Amino acid sequence: MALIELAGIERRFQLGDTTVNALAGVDLRIDAGEYVAVMGPSGSGKSTLLNLLGLLDRPNAGSYRLEGRDVTTLTPDEQAKVRSARIGFVFQSFHLVPRLTAAENIALPMMLAGIAPAERARRVERALADFGLANRADHKPDQLSGGQRQRVAIARATIMQPALILADEPTGNLDRHTGDEVVHLLEALNASGVTLVVVTHDPTLGARAGRQLVMEDGCLQHDSGRSAHAAG
Amino acid sequence: MRPADTLRFARDAALGTPLRTALSVLAMSIGVAAVVVLTALGDGARRYVVGQFSSLGANLVIVLPGRSGTGGFNPANAITTTPRDLTIDDAAAVRRAPAVKRVGPLAVGTSEIAFGGRLREVIVAGTNHDYFAIRGLEIAQGTALPDEDWNRGSPVVVLGAKVREELFGATPAIGQLVRVGDRRLRVVGVMKSTGQGLGMNTDEVVIVPAALAQAMFNTNTLFRILIEAKSREAIPEAKVQALEIVKQRHRGEEDVTVITQDAVLATFDRLLGALTMAVAGIAAISLAVAGILVMNVMLVAVTQRTGEIGLLKALGASARSIRLAFLVEAAMLSAVGAVLGYLLGQGGAFALRQAFPVFPAYPPDWAVIAGLSTALATGLLFGVMPARRAARLDPVQALMKH
Ligand SMILES: Nc1ncnc2c1ncn2[C@@H]1O[C@H](COP(=O)(O)OP(=O)(O)O)[C@@H](O)[C@H]1O
Ligand SMILES: [Mg+2]
Repeated sequence: MALIELAGIERRFQLGDTTVNALAGVDLRIDAGEYVAVMGPSGSGKSTLLNLLGLLDRPNAGSYRLEGRDVTTLTPDEQAKVRSARIGFVFQSFHLVPRLTAAENIALPMMLAGIAPAERARRVERALADFGLANRADHKPDQLSGGQRQRVAIARATIMQPALILADEPTGNLDRHTGDEVVHLLEALNASGVTLVVVTHDPTLGARAGRQLVMEDGCLQHDSGRSAHAAG
Repeated sequence: MRPADTLRFARDAALGTPLRTALSVLAMSIGVAAVVVLTALGDGARRYVVGQFSSLGANLVIVLPGRSGTGGFNPANAITTTPRDLTIDDAAAVRRAPAVKRVGPLAVGTSEIAFGGRLREVIVAGTNHDYFAIRGLEIAQGTALPDEDWNRGSPVVVLGAKVREELFGATPAIGQLVRVGDRRLRVVGVMKSTGQGLGMNTDEVVIVPAALAQAMFNTNTLFRILIEAKSREAIPEAKVQALEIVKQRHRGEEDVTVITQDAVLATFDRLLGALTMAVAGIAAISLAVAGILVMNVMLVAVTQRTGEIGLLKALGASARSIRLAFLVEAAMLSAVGAVLGYLLGQGGAFALRQAFPVFPAYPPDWAVIAGLSTALATGLLFGVMPARRAARLDPVQALMKH
């Protein structure tokens, strides 16, 4: 079943007199449960694509159907609801709130969604245990290592049990070893059925994914899964 | 977002930048404290003056010679003497008015008083027995003036406390003969000391029968007729009746002015009330300044927390949640500042009352309520703009600022 269907997506940025085509006519279909790596040179439009998939940005043209529903026409608050319930983000620079503890950072999406404190505490405790952070619950981000911070961020991304996780260079700020740990965590999530889209520069990491997309100048230059879908 | 979560989130955000938060709270509290202390001063002055005037006597109506142009209270009338046409018989006639309880004629002059070689200048008030009750003058030794025919003028005198002190020192005064002007008068009473006040300082006065004073100063007019109305409600009636009686006795000519103490009080009350308002207004400017400071603090907070705002949006926060979080933070700064300022102001007013016990420096309720609500309102008002700015941030742009 198609989770994501993009058709004729255009995203242009105006930089002074020149227009940058960050995305130029992107057609893409991702099924539920897929593990997709997005690769390509810097400035090729990977982040722009991920922001669009995450409803943080709107295309200038084209349509985006998420779980069969046209989401480009939704109001900002309706899009916020979709983000809250269906999408989890993992960023290169972690994006933890520095004044909140690990537990509070993980609980943040549930707090924003208005989930009751008791339920929040229950789920946070589970997540802390699942991600090996049980004895770090009350630590602030600056008291955590890079790997621990990214694990907090992943726990936060999954706490609302989303259908889709979007990770933009999640290992970019981590050393090889910790990076691998984080990738294993994300892959385990994918194994449990969550659709995973990862932007990466690292070819070995990209090779681990079930499907590779290569972008260049805002176009999908290569899609390892296209033939399979055309056949299916 | 649940209300409790919004509150906690805003509080943690404010505590995250302690110095900035402390400064805006301080500014707000100084503004509120200024309103409380300054209005306490202004209203204290009002109460002090009103209290002093009230001590002149209860339910007082005063008849003065000469006609006032406006009919209202004119301070000039209260001091200038226009000894024309007001007599003891006028006063006696006024006593028959139904709304009138007591009448005290008053003739005033200066003379000298001597006893045992000691001599001093005094103000001589010529009046009657009832005058003491009207003015609430208390007798320390002896009695007041005798309750006799107002035209009789017995050769007796009641001394002010200071006059007695200077003439007699430790020796008893009652029954002694003193010389006032060219008369020899027997001391029948001494008044209690009243201290310095806004009214006539009775400590340095001697009181003699009205007819005697008139004879001493070779006149047959009165300075004032003091009237005590039967009750507070009867004051307007007493005023009308007194005016009517005197007018009839003066061949239908309205050549006197009747003022009530209420009118005098109301004038001072208005004057000092307006002063308090003006002072409160000036203090309120500092509140507005504090509000602008809160706005700037919040604008800086929005800029510094742009990355966080982008994150919150990515995590599914609605624009409303973000707006509310920042608005609540601004409101918290103002509210804490307001409460702190209130306590500070009350402390200041308390210190004032300790330092000047005669001065009732209590902030009026309206000023406290206005100060607190202005603080909250400006905090909210100036919090709206930063909050809207935060809610409108583009999430992608915001996330890049990290
Ligand atoms: N907000 C923006 N304003 C102007 N140009 C932008 C903006 N965001 C991205 N771009 C441009 O769009 C292109 C794609 O950017 P991006 O998606 O970030 O590339 P990548 O993530 O593959 O490195 C780049 O040329 C970039 O300069
Ligand atoms: Mg990028």
